[in-house]
Amino acid sequence: MLSIKNLQAKIDDKQILHGINLEVKAGEIHAIMGPNGSGKSTLASVLAGREEYEVIDGQVEFLGKNLLEMSPEDRAREGVFLAFQYPVEIPGVSTINFMKTALNQIRVHRGQQPLDAVSFLKVMKEKMKLVEMDQSLLNRSLNEGFSGGEKKRNEIFQMAMLEPKLSILDETDSGLDIDALKIVSNGVNKLRNKSNAVIVVTHYQRLLDYIVPDFVHVLYKGKIVKSGTKELALELEAKGYDWIKDELTIA
Amino acid sequence: MLNERNVTSEIAGLIEKSLASDASVPELRREAFNTFQRLGIPDTKSEEYKDTPISRLLQKNFTFQSSPIQANITPGDFRVPYLDGNVIVFINGVFSEEHSTIVSPKTEVLISPLKKALLENPLVLQHLGHYADFSKDALSAWNTAAWNEGVFIHIKNNQVVEKPITIYHVHNATDSEWVSVNRNLIISGSNSKSTIIEKYDSIGSHNHFSNIVTEAVVLENSELNFYSIQNDSGNRYQYNLTQFHQANFSRVNTFTFTLGGKLVRNSLQLALDGEGIESHMFGLYLLANDTLADNHTVVDHRKANSFSNELYKGIMDGNSKGVFNGKIYVRPHAQKTNAFQANRNILLTDKATVNTKPQLEIWADDVKCSHGCTTGQLDEEAMFYLQTRGLTKDTARAMMLYAFAGEILDNVKNNELKTYLDQLVSERLHKNSWL
Repeated sequence: MLSIKNLQAKIDDKQILHGINLEVKAGEIHAIMGPNGSGKSTLASVLAGREEYEVIDGQVEFLGKNLLEMSPEDRAREGVFLAFQYPVEIPGVSTINFMKTALNQIRVHRGQQPLDAVSFLKVMKEKMKLVEMDQSLLNRSLNEGFSGGEKKRNEIFQMAMLEPKLSILDETDSGLDIDALKIVSNGVNKLRNKSNAVIVVTHYQRLLDYIVPDFVHVLYKGKIVKSGTKELALELEAKGYDWIKDELTIA
Repeated sequence: MLNERNVTSEIAGLIEKSLASDASVPELRREAFNTFQRLGIPDTKSEEYKDTPISRLLQKNFTFQSSPIQANITPGDFRVPYLDGNVIVFINGVFSEEHSTIVSPKTEVLISPLKKALLENPLVLQHLGHYADFSKDALSAWNTAAWNEGVFIHIKNNQVVEKPITIYHVHNATDSEWVSVNRNLIISGSNSKSTIIEKYDSIGSHNHFSNIVTEAVVLENSELNFYSIQNDSGNRYQYNLTQFHQANFSRVNTFTFTLGGKLVRNSLQLALDGEGIESHMFGLYLLANDTLADNHTVVDHRKANSFSNELYKGIMDGNSKGVFNGKIYVRPHAQKTNAFQANRNILLTDKATVNTKPQLEIWADDVKCSHGCTTGQLDEEAMFYLQTRGLTKDTARAMMLYAFAGEILDNVKNNELKTYLDQLVSERLHKNSWL
């Protein structure tokens, strides 16, 4: 589904990604872990198409298409979804109105009929249950005055609405208490199927207790320095990132 | 200097002509004329006009030779759809009886051309010129000396006027340039409630300038909702001074929508001369091309226990320029005053500008006051967020701009007017791209 080869990117004049290689297949969950400043969020941003980052080398293929040539909205329409680490507050735009526009623009792109108000509400109510979201929250301005947990649940709600093929969860666990973490993880797990894939970007192992990855990759200084199965995450948790750093220094 | 003297003396010539032909309120007119000559049309060295080169623009674009002519125009084209009620029409500054319709009974409201009312109703003389200060503003002095048309609206005590009163100012500058001077007087009787709407539209490629001063006396426990919709063409120059004088427990809600014109200077001034008063001032300016819209507002808290709230928002496109100056005075006796002010601006191009300045002067010690102003581009992070959900950049922009403007529209109370304004704003902000 996703094939990243030698991806290098910079912001301003600072190179952050120094050659990432990653293959993600349908049905898989990949966790990307790493210490602060290793380039985790940059990778998520570059995949979603954030303009501040300039790709200086490498390729990213998504379902056979060149992802890097697409605008952020085209990536979304093709099936890429980024759950933000810091979801943006937008006063005056309600989640419902915005989701209706977004979903219908995506449906038209996919050659489907746009949903009318009644069908939209029906779909919305279903998806709300996934993340135990209250409709009053969705009537309000997008994320405005939402708690940290509500914002993250709103991200997963949007993911459920748009039914992406590849979801990138950027530090979705940050700022969540254990109950919210369970709700969010539960939502992600229910959305999982054979034809979609998830990339979980996280600093800590605890999210991976709930969203269990097939593969774990350690990102350090803009490169994937170690890959393994979910046991790697536990090892990292036990030994800390210094273990990786030391290992690299020795090698 | 020579140029500025020229425009002042050219206008003085106009005023003299008007004085020679009009014998009403001679002392007031003469005093105002003397003041005008002493002050002269302000240049940009004047603090109140430093961002608005009115002197230069008048000098450059007007000869002050021709007076308004009765032009051919269909006022119906500019009506707010489905908004019934009382209709007063001015064409090129001249009252048109033919196009005006009064539906509310005289027991509720008296509506009459100001000159006629001046002869018939002693209330007019009692109030005219008592509130709109002209001692420091040459344009207001010009108006006071040389007004020749206008409307007198008297909402009777204890009356709720259900039907809105709409004043349509339609302008046709197809044949030549012109200048008009209008004056209005509104008395909102005690315990009354009413809605007054003024709407400005224009056609034609010649420059036209209007100097309009409105005085509104808002008596005890009355409510006045006042809307101004300025939707003129790019050849329109306008100076407006709207002065409210509020008594105890009165409520004033003002809405100023500026959507076009070449130069629009709005001076909106509220004197809160009583206790328990509540005043709301909303403004929305959506500017494009080379429109210059200048909103100068003054809220003067003169007595204790009153509340005022002001929210002005602007979106500047093209080469347009916005100016906001918000003064709040809290006088020594005005304890327990609550006064709030905010001005928010979005610049859509590198060439668009805005000058915003809050000015609070507080002499009382037990008050709650706040102000804030922001100016910026559309939030890039929010744009990106919306795009990652599949919205195009244009859709995301339109959605965010509409949401920004919506905060003002939400406060409009009259449904027909709200629908109409929503449509105007939606068109301007290309809301159809996401509906």
